[in-house]
Amino acid sequence: MSELEATNFPAEPTQSPPSHQEMALDDARRVKTLSPGMLVFKRFIRNKLAVLGLVILVLMFLFSFVGPFLSPYTQTQVFYKQDTISKDYAGAIYNTELRYSVHPSSSFEGGDRARFLLALGKGETVFSSGDRSFAFFEEGEGFYRIAELENVAEVMLGRVNPVGGYTLPPGFTEAFEAADAADEITFELNGETYVLSQVMKTTHISTQRDVAIASYSIFDAYRAEDNSLVGSYDFRLRSGMANVNDETSFTFNNREFQIVEHEGQVTILDDQGEPFAEVSDIIVNPLDQGEFLSVEFKALAREAINNRESEFEFTDANGVTTEYDINRVNTNYYIKRETTTTLINMFEFPTIAHPLGLDNNGMDMLTRLMYGGRISLMVGFVAVFIELIIGVTIGGISGYFGGWIDTALMRFVDLFNSIPQMPLILIFGSVMDTLEVEPMQRMFILMAILGLLGWTGIARVVRGQILSLREQDFMVATEATGVRTSRKIFRHLVPNVMPILIVTATGSLGGLIITEATLGFLGLGIKYPLASWGSIINISSDAFIMGTYWFMWIPAGALILLTVLGFNFVGDGLRDAYDPRMRR
Amino acid sequence: MKNFIIRRIILGLFITFFGAMLSYTVIRSLPTSYVESVARQRASNPLSTKTYQEWITELNQVYGLDKGIIPGFFGWLGNAIKGDFGESWHYAVPVTEKFSEVIWVSIILNIVTTLVQFFIAIPLGILAARKQYSRTDYAITFFALMGISLPTFFLATILKYVFAIKLQWFDLYGLTGRFHTTMTSFEQTIDIAYHLVLPVITLMMLSVGGLMRYTRTNMLEVLNSDYIRTARAKGLPEKVVINKHAFRNTLIPLVTSLSGILPGMFTGAMITETLYQIPGIGYISYQAIIRGDIPFAMFYMVFLILLTQVSILVSDILYAIVDPRIRVN
Repeated sequence: MSELEATNFPAEPTQSPPSHQEMALDDARRVKTLSPGMLVFKRFIRNKLAVLGLVILVLMFLFSFVGPFLSPYTQTQVFYKQDTISKDYAGAIYNTELRYSVHPSSSFEGGDRARFLLALGKGETVFSSGDRSFAFFEEGEGFYRIAELENVAEVMLGRVNPVGGYTLPPGFTEAFEAADAADEITFELNGETYVLSQVMKTTHISTQRDVAIASYSIFDAYRAEDNSLVGSYDFRLRSGMANVNDETSFTFNNREFQIVEHEGQVTILDDQGEPFAEVSDIIVNPLDQGEFLSVEFKALAREAINNRESEFEFTDANGVTTEYDINRVNTNYYIKRETTTTLINMFEFPTIAHPLGLDNNGMDMLTRLMYGGRISLMVGFVAVFIELIIGVTIGGISGYFGGWIDTALMRFVDLFNSIPQMPLILIFGSVMDTLEVEPMQRMFILMAILGLLGWTGIARVVRGQILSLREQDFMVATEATGVRTSRKIFRHLVPNVMPILIVTATGSLGGLIITEATLGFLGLGIKYPLASWGSIINISSDAFIMGTYWFMWIPAGALILLTVLGFNFVGDGLRDAYDPRMRR
Repeated sequence: MKNFIIRRIILGLFITFFGAMLSYTVIRSLPTSYVESVARQRASNPLSTKTYQEWITELNQVYGLDKGIIPGFFGWLGNAIKGDFGESWHYAVPVTEKFSEVIWVSIILNIVTTLVQFFIAIPLGILAARKQYSRTDYAITFFALMGISLPTFFLATILKYVFAIKLQWFDLYGLTGRFHTTMTSFEQTIDIAYHLVLPVITLMMLSVGGLMRYTRTNMLEVLNSDYIRTARAKGLPEKVVINKHAFRNTLIPLVTSLSGILPGMFTGAMITETLYQIPGIGYISYQAIIRGDIPFAMFYMVFLILLTQVSILVSDILYAIVDPRIRVN
């Protein structure tokens, strides 16, 4: 029908014959006549809006299907940025626990230490642990020397008796009596120190042997190889004694060590005058495993803490100066520094590398739009294809057979048409949400649903078209020549329905893309990590993001608008071109 | 005519019946795990006074989930005819109560939109038809196609961005302002009207294009008919030709389209109401649907099906009133 109209269209100058004599169909005449398809094409090309629509569509297809190959990024590539944040680096605390250095040839274990602390708390100077007895001497503030006692004699009723075969040196009894009279607990004789201890009425006299020292000081060696030396019992004892006695130097292993006190900190210099070790009562530890703090850093941190400063600067071995902040929480000190950390680069405004910025997942917006366009267009096309298959089948059967089949099928179409689509699609969307359907599967289900719900329009159009075609002469001719039914339908009817099908399909593509985008916008359509134009705009339902980051939603919306506009222009143009009578 | 109307009513009831059945089948065919999870969710809702087991029992009662689909449907239908659509899961009140509470907002919104739309679309459509192929015609066509091609949510987002965020003339969401409760009833009316401006513009922009093109096409058809040529030939002024002879005849298809958009308004308004969070039937249903509130969803579907059938009936009757030729047949 439409091509009959088309060939008789009066506005075509090529067709209007110059005179009635030349109406015979000779070869020259045939050449001049344009085929119906060509006529449609020519009329389409003359429609400026339709051509504009076609150009838009071609650009959209290039953007969506070729664009991803040209984009340097992939769909789910996340971009990161470096940013500095203040992060805890080290912790410091005033030492409140005694540190022990034990003589290499003796032992002073946990149980002994507990007894010692007990005695210290009670103010006793002598204590026993197991079958060993000890005495301790406070040599200076927070510096204790612990010695093991060995009984040499007992004093009962003023008589001194040796114990365990010990031979009392001459003058022993006199020295003891002198000390006892003076109420002293130690006395010296021949360079040996004897300790007196009272058990019941018996006074024990013992020799003493140093086993350990206990102090609150922390020793940090400047060189790693000196650590064992600095940690050794003898070094601790010598340096501690020297410090207590306010001496400025001491000798150890034939080396002369200097003690320099400076603002509550003690530095030990070696015989070359180089810093050898730091002594302090502040513990500084790194908060991160595997981090190593240099002695210099610790010294600076301690100095700052002692001076109640809230920040200090430290230049490390590589000459990099960093600022540190000290934050006090109760008795703990936290040393913070600005650390560069890798963060996901979210909501970056457009730059040259990312012409449309980065989205809320730190992904390139332009690339997402390309892949999103692919899915939006594909969903539209697959859905239209499903619509066409169902619509043509049902419409074709209905129109061709007519009668009760037609009535039944058309009532079915009415029925199907009456069911509201949007609520149904929303129901499916939320069910897929609940069942946590895979994003890819979801896309296929969405295509199927959109296609299954939208075929009624096409069925009606096809039926109407076939009903009118059925009455025409060429169909009577197929009847007369006995053409098979299937051939009649597919060879003679379907090609005649094709034009109107293309027009209807183009028109419904726009609608399908809008429906898909609406679903995506409501968060019920395509899901992350896949993207569609609608689901990209989804984020703009957050009013803050909508107002602040225009690039998050305006480009995607503009693409949808342009594409749908393109389909509508082309659909309009095609309809006008096929059926010039209806031309606007 | 009487026979025709009776036949149409019977067909409408028939379609409503099977439409409801189809909707019911779809909803019933949803995976049961979903129904169970909904029941669980509803049971943990502080608004709910029922336990999980009670919800399941209620599901079975209302929908006959223990029965087959067909007996289940007739059970639902029996209650529905008596006006009992069950209790909404999401709102925890009877469905019909919630419906009558919110429907007036949608009605106001749609009536205002339809009026505005007709006042804009018909004059512009006629103008475009009279000056066919002129610059005005192209501009109007372009504008109309633009309106058709705009997705609701994008238009709404742009309007919100410009008028609510940048210019701050309107609120982003809602039907009432912050001080609504302290206002006098007159101020409250003004407040609601003020909040409906953006939704009305959105709805209007979306449908005005289609109507404009429809008017234009019909007007063109009328203008090309013989009686217009006759009217012009006998020397009637152009004004009379257009207003008296042409326009009256374009009314026929317009009246049909008026009733045709009736159900579309409620589904179309669903998205718009959701975007502006206007508590009309669309937004309320949307919330119920995405939360799997089956009684409400079922009610909304049947409501729309019925609305479609009524609108078809009304359009047929109106057609007969406007066009005497149909009455004869």
